[in-house]
Amino acid sequence: MPVSIQCRDLRKTYDGKVEAVRGLNLEIQAGECFGLLGPNGAGKTTTIEILEGLLPPTSGQVTILGHTWETHPRELREWLGISLQETRLSEKLSVRETIELFASFYRQPRSASEVIEELQLTEKADAWVGKLSGGQRQRLAVATALVGNPKILFLDEPTTGLDPQSRRQLWEIVRTFIRKGGTVLLTTHYMEEAERLCDRLAIIDHGQVIAEGTPSELIERLGGHHVVEFAVNDNSNAESLDRWKTLPGVESVRHTDGVVSLNVREPHHTIPALLDMVRMRNSQLLHLTTRQASLEDVFVNLTGRHLREE
Amino acid sequence: MATAEQTPSIRLDPPAPSPHFNGRWSGFNQLLLARMKELLREPELIFWIFGFPLLLAAGLGVAFRNKPLERTTIAIVSGSGAQDVLNLIQHSPQASSITARVLDRAQALQAFHLGKYDLVVEPDGRGGVCYIYDPSRQETVLSRADVNDALQQAAGRKNAIPVSSFVSAEPGSRYIDFLIPGLLGMTLMNSGMWGVGFAIVDMRQRKLLKRFLATPMRESDFLLALAASRLFLMLIEVALLLGLGVLAFHIRVLGSLWSVLLLGTLGSVAFGGFGLLTACRARKIETVSGLINLAMMPMWIFSGVFFSYEHFPAKILPYIKALPLTALNDSLRDTILQGAPLTAQAGRILVLLLWGGISFLLAMKWFRWT
Repeated sequence: MPVSIQCRDLRKTYDGKVEAVRGLNLEIQAGECFGLLGPNGAGKTTTIEILEGLLPPTSGQVTILGHTWETHPRELREWLGISLQETRLSEKLSVRETIELFASFYRQPRSASEVIEELQLTEKADAWVGKLSGGQRQRLAVATALVGNPKILFLDEPTTGLDPQSRRQLWEIVRTFIRKGGTVLLTTHYMEEAERLCDRLAIIDHGQVIAEGTPSELIERLGGHHVVEFAVNDNSNAESLDRWKTLPGVESVRHTDGVVSLNVREPHHTIPALLDMVRMRNSQLLHLTTRQASLEDVFVNLTGRHLREE
Repeated sequence: MATAEQTPSIRLDPPAPSPHFNGRWSGFNQLLLARMKELLREPELIFWIFGFPLLLAAGLGVAFRNKPLERTTIAIVSGSGAQDVLNLIQHSPQASSITARVLDRAQALQAFHLGKYDLVVEPDGRGGVCYIYDPSRQETVLSRADVNDALQQAAGRKNAIPVSSFVSAEPGSRYIDFLIPGLLGMTLMNSGMWGVGFAIVDMRQRKLLKRFLATPMRESDFLLALAASRLFLMLIEVALLLGLGVLAFHIRVLGSLWSVLLLGTLGSVAFGGFGLLTACRARKIETVSGLINLAMMPMWIFSGVFFSYEHFPAKILPYIKALPLTALNDSLRDTILQGAPLTAQAGRILVLLLWGGISFLLAMKWFRWT
C-alpha cells in the first residue's frame, strides 16, 4: 500500500525552550482519512504545519508522496490542498473571485464553478466573503484547498466553532474527497469528528503519539464497550473504589468529583450486582447512567485529562 | 464509528477535464486584479487616497490665493487735520488703490492690530502726519511707502526723474503653483507607504500570507502585483492632482508629462520600497502604523510640502535634501514649473533610487511571511 505521508522522529522546539513536538512518528496510507486527535496545545497544529511545509522541523524527516520539502517544494505544493486554522480571507472579494484567485496559482486547477457547486456555495457565489456565515466561510476555505485538484488534503481543526449542521456538511465534503481517491490528514479535538470521519487516528498529547489505531481498536483497548457512571450518597473515597472493582465484568474503575465510572463488558451483569451492593450497604443511588465507551474515555484513561478543558 | 478500510493500491481518479491550463503569469494577473478590486471596494481608501489630496489642494489654493498687493486699506485718526489728509489721498494719483476711513485713535489702533487696516495715519495737527506701522507685517511697510508717496504727490512734490511702470508676471510663482507638486509628492508618499505597508501587515495578521505560502504561488509574483497596483494608482493620483491644478488653477506644466510620470514612478518605487521595509516583520497593525507615522512625520514637516524648507537653519539643509520626499518634491516642482530636464535632476533621482533600492533589499532580507 503506497504511503502518502511519512514522518520519522519529528521534533520541533521553539526558542530552544518550548518543545512542541517530541519525536513523532506517523505513516499515513494513500486514500485514508487520518486524524490527529488531542487537546489544545498538544502539538497538532505544529505537526500539521511542518507536514504542510510551512514550518521547518528542528529535526526529523518528512516524506510526502515520496518527496521531501527540501528537494521538491513546488511539486508538493501543486499536490497538496490545505486549510489552516483561522485564516481570514479578503472580505471584499466575492466567493468566486477568491476561488479563482487560488485557482490561478495551480497549473491545472478545477473550474471554479464546479468547486462552488460541490461545496454548496452556488447561491453565495457572487456574495462578498464578509457577508458569509461561519459555516460558509469554512466551506470556502476548503474550496480554496480543493480547487487546485490536490492529492492530499490537510485540514487543521476544520469544524471548530461550527454549528452541527455545518459540521456535518463539511464531513460529507471530506468523505466525497476520500471516495474519489484522495488522502486526508486532519487535526481535531472533537472526538465525534474523529470517530465518524477517520479511518485511523493518532492520539497526541504533549507533542507525542500516545496511542494509534482505528477508532474501534482504540476503544477496544479500554477493555469494554460500555461505561457505567453512578454516584452514591456514602462518602466514596479512594479505598472504597476497590469494592466496585469486585463487581462482575468490571475492567477498570475511575472516580471524578463524586462520580464513579466503571468500564464494563456487559452492563446487564454489572448493573444488577451494583444495585444489590448499594442496597446491602443501605446507601442510596443518587445518579446512574450507562453509555457506550468513546474516544474521550480512551483519552481520559491514557492521560487522566479530558480532550476539552471544560 | 468508522472502521479501517484496507483499500488495495490506490489509483487516483483522473481529474475532471479542466477547461483551464494556467500560464506563467496567471497568478500575477489574479493577484493584481484582486488587489485592485479590494482597493476600489473600500470607500474609506478611495477618500483618503484620492479625495483628501484634492480637497486639500483646492482648500489651500483658494485660501492662499495671491491678492494683488496694489490695494491697501488704511485708517486715519480723527481730529484736526484728518479731513485734510483724506482729501489729499482722494486727490492723489493713487486714489483708486487706497481705501481710507476715519476713526478715533483707539478704534483705529485696535483694528490695525487685528489686521483690518494696513496702516494708521495720525495727523499731528500742524499739517504733518505720523505713520503707525509694524515692520514684521510686510503689508504695513508697503502701505506706508505707498501712502506717503500718495500724500506727497498730492501735496505738490514733483518726481525728479520721469518714471513709468510695467507689469511682468511669470506664471508659476503663486502659492498654488508651489503647493500642487508638493501635495503630489505627499500623496505618493502616503499611498505608497500605507498602501504597501498596511496591506502586508494586515494580510500577515489574518494569516493570508501564510495561506498563500502553502500554494504554488511565487513570492515574486505577489510582490510584483503589489508594485504594479501601486504604479496604477500613481497614474490616477498624478492625473487627478495635475488635472485639478491645470483646470481649476490654470497651472502651466512646462515639463514633459513623461518626465512627470517617470518621477512619479521613481517616487512609487522609493515609497513602496520604504513601506515594504516598515512592514517586513511587523505582526500587528498597530506596530506598522507607528512605524509608518514615525517615518513620514519628519518629511511632512521638513520636505517642503506646504512651505519652502529654505526657512530652516542652513546646518540641517543637507539632511533635509537627503530625504526622499524632498527629492521628489523638488524634482516635481522643477519639472512642472520650470521644465527642467531630468538630466539636471540626477542627484535627486539617485536619492529616490537609493531609498527604494536599499529599503527593498533590506526588506527582502528580513521579510517573514508568518
